[in-house]
Amino acid sequence: MSEGLIILGATSKIAQEVGRVAARHGREVLLVARSMDRAEAVAGDLRARGASKVTVIAADLADVSTHPSLWEQIEADMPDAGEVLLAYGSLGDQERADHDIDYTLRELNTNFTSAASLLMHAAQQLEARKKGVLAVITSVAGDRARRSNYVYGTAKGALTLFAQGLRARLFTSGVRVLTIKPGPVDTPMTAHMKKGLLMATPQGVAATIYSEMEDGTADVMYVPGYWWLIMAIIKAIPESVAKKLKF
Amino acid sequence: MAGKDSYGMNSGNHEDPAQDTSYRSWGNYPRAAHKKILRPSWMDEITGATLRENAPLLAYGLGRSYGDSCLNDGGTLMDCRGLERILEFDVETGRIVCEAGVSLGEILLVAVPRGWFLPVTPGTKIVTLAGAIANDVHGKNHHVEGTIGCHVERFELVRSTGEAVICSRTENPELFAATIGGMGLTGIIPWAELRLKKIESSLIEMDTVAFNTFEDFTRLSSDEEGARYEYTVGWVDCLSGRKTRGIFMRGNHATTGGLHTHPEKIKLNVPFNLPGFTLNPLTIRAFNTLYYAMGKAKGGHSQVPYDPFFYPLDKVNNWNRIYGEGGFTQYQCVVPETEVAAFQEILERIAHGGQGSFLGVIKKFGNVPSPGMMSFPRPGLTLALDFPFRGEKTLRLFSELDEVVAAAKGALYPAKDPRMSPRMFRLSYPRLEEFRKYVDPALSSSFWRRVAEVAR
Repeated sequence: MSEGLIILGATSKIAQEVGRVAARHGREVLLVARSMDRAEAVAGDLRARGASKVTVIAADLADVSTHPSLWEQIEADMPDAGEVLLAYGSLGDQERADHDIDYTLRELNTNFTSAASLLMHAAQQLEARKKGVLAVITSVAGDRARRSNYVYGTAKGALTLFAQGLRARLFTSGVRVLTIKPGPVDTPMTAHMKKGLLMATPQGVAATIYSEMEDGTADVMYVPGYWWLIMAIIKAIPESVAKKLKF
Repeated sequence: MAGKDSYGMNSGNHEDPAQDTSYRSWGNYPRAAHKKILRPSWMDEITGATLRENAPLLAYGLGRSYGDSCLNDGGTLMDCRGLERILEFDVETGRIVCEAGVSLGEILLVAVPRGWFLPVTPGTKIVTLAGAIANDVHGKNHHVEGTIGCHVERFELVRSTGEAVICSRTENPELFAATIGGMGLTGIIPWAELRLKKIESSLIEMDTVAFNTFEDFTRLSSDEEGARYEYTVGWVDCLSGRKTRGIFMRGNHATTGGLHTHPEKIKLNVPFNLPGFTLNPLTIRAFNTLYYAMGKAKGGHSQVPYDPFFYPLDKVNNWNRIYGEGGFTQYQCVVPETEVAAFQEILERIAHGGQGSFLGVIKKFGNVPSPGMMSFPRPGLTLALDFPFRGEKTLRLFSELDEVVAAAKGALYPAKDPRMSPRMFRLSYPRLEEFRKYVDPALSSSFWRRVAEVAR
């Protein structure tokens, strides 16, 4: 697919690396991110690495009220977009969320509600053209809610379900919905975590995501692939046991 | 999962509760424990307040400085590798603007296919652009192109006062001069602009010639001879101290052969520190390969990709670990050309000190002046020798070598040094007192505290 690529949350590390792969293929890219300065830095990088054209829109994607006008601008800037990658999210602070209801709701909005809103806009655009790929970065954390990050996990799990529904809806229009579930990736988002053997590199994860978007047929992908097995085991733990685990 | 930096609550910066000992210099000696590590991912995270609140602070790139000039024991390190975007690249003019943490290798990957090359490159491409500026690095073409500072157009400098100033030959020229070779002490560089060099091919036309004495080497790099070659360097193998065998390597960019980048993946790796080698088997192997190849090929002429020509050791990741836990170091000095006899004396003292056989790199610097006030390269001859670090024994030997270098009115290179005395530093850098005025009070390094703060 050589049509335009829209990246929502273009300053996330994984999104930047996917952008670099797309740039190497000479693609046209539209970047949407909150900070114009940061998005411009990413845009310059993608241009230097071979992107045929890079456009930048600054927008607070968590602000649902702006989505209708935002999407008008996106459609105007890239009417023939072939692919949309939704890549933003917030890992958040579970300890704070345990006691702060407003904060929890904001996190749920950032990771799920606002994302669902944008996916609906994107779905409409691609549905009308009867082709394209809608790729959504959720997380392995959405496969099972855990004590240590269940607010994040809940939102990502809901997003996974939402994408599943959207896939069934868009199937008849020839639009493919790809759910991407990364395990922990060595990015600023996980800078506080210990770098274990299971920590993947953003470059490797991005290369896998890009080739699956371009040439794959999968509906759901785990990156790296071994997370499928790990999550299968974690999901199989009986609730009576899981509730006692601190992980 | 995506970046908290876009929609999260805080930046990539974070604080470790305990002291961090994971950041090392290339020689693995000395070691340092850092109170705090900052990991900015964006230029806007570098502010005057960040510098003030985390003083004493030092920027860290890829840790290829050998000694302690890239360490800040007890202080804060700002790991700038997250700043790795190319902000602008004009393929018509060859001007490239990069964030501080972009490596020279990453610049090559983007530049070479479009017919551009680094104007100056050190012996490894695994260094950051800002690190290259802070050490005003030199390469095999110093006699023609000077240091990398000669090709830096401008950069931004963030100071603890909160100022963020553009520095160039015309804007804030004093800070520009102080920062090039300024060891990271004058401020933090969020981005810099470099002028690249036009090439028609990614291959190098290489010649090798044998030499046996330093006088021979000097003759081979004499101005008339050297001017025909953009790149010149000599390797010396000191078998017994007295007897030396050397290879003089010289090369030019080829004009045919296409524009191909180096392989991105490094296949070989040294996974952990190896026990007790006395010298670097890799350099020896590289040397021997060259030596015998030279004997075979008549006239020693060949055409090679730029990667093995400039960066033979980059083929092996973490090659420094072959020296083991004790670490290693390099002794790099420069002396005026008239004092070449000093090199022979250095070799004899080393042999006398029982170091056995070892390898060194020798290069004739040219007269192209660097804008940097603390730049190491100056007209003359430079010699760089690798040593396993053996504690007192090594330190004693180096002190002896210092006397030879001082008598020859020579200088030592901070980027390679874990031990020079304040006196040697003063003798090496006549503009030290002028430089002090530009040092940011929030910035410091283990090296700076060792050689300069006590040297007043």
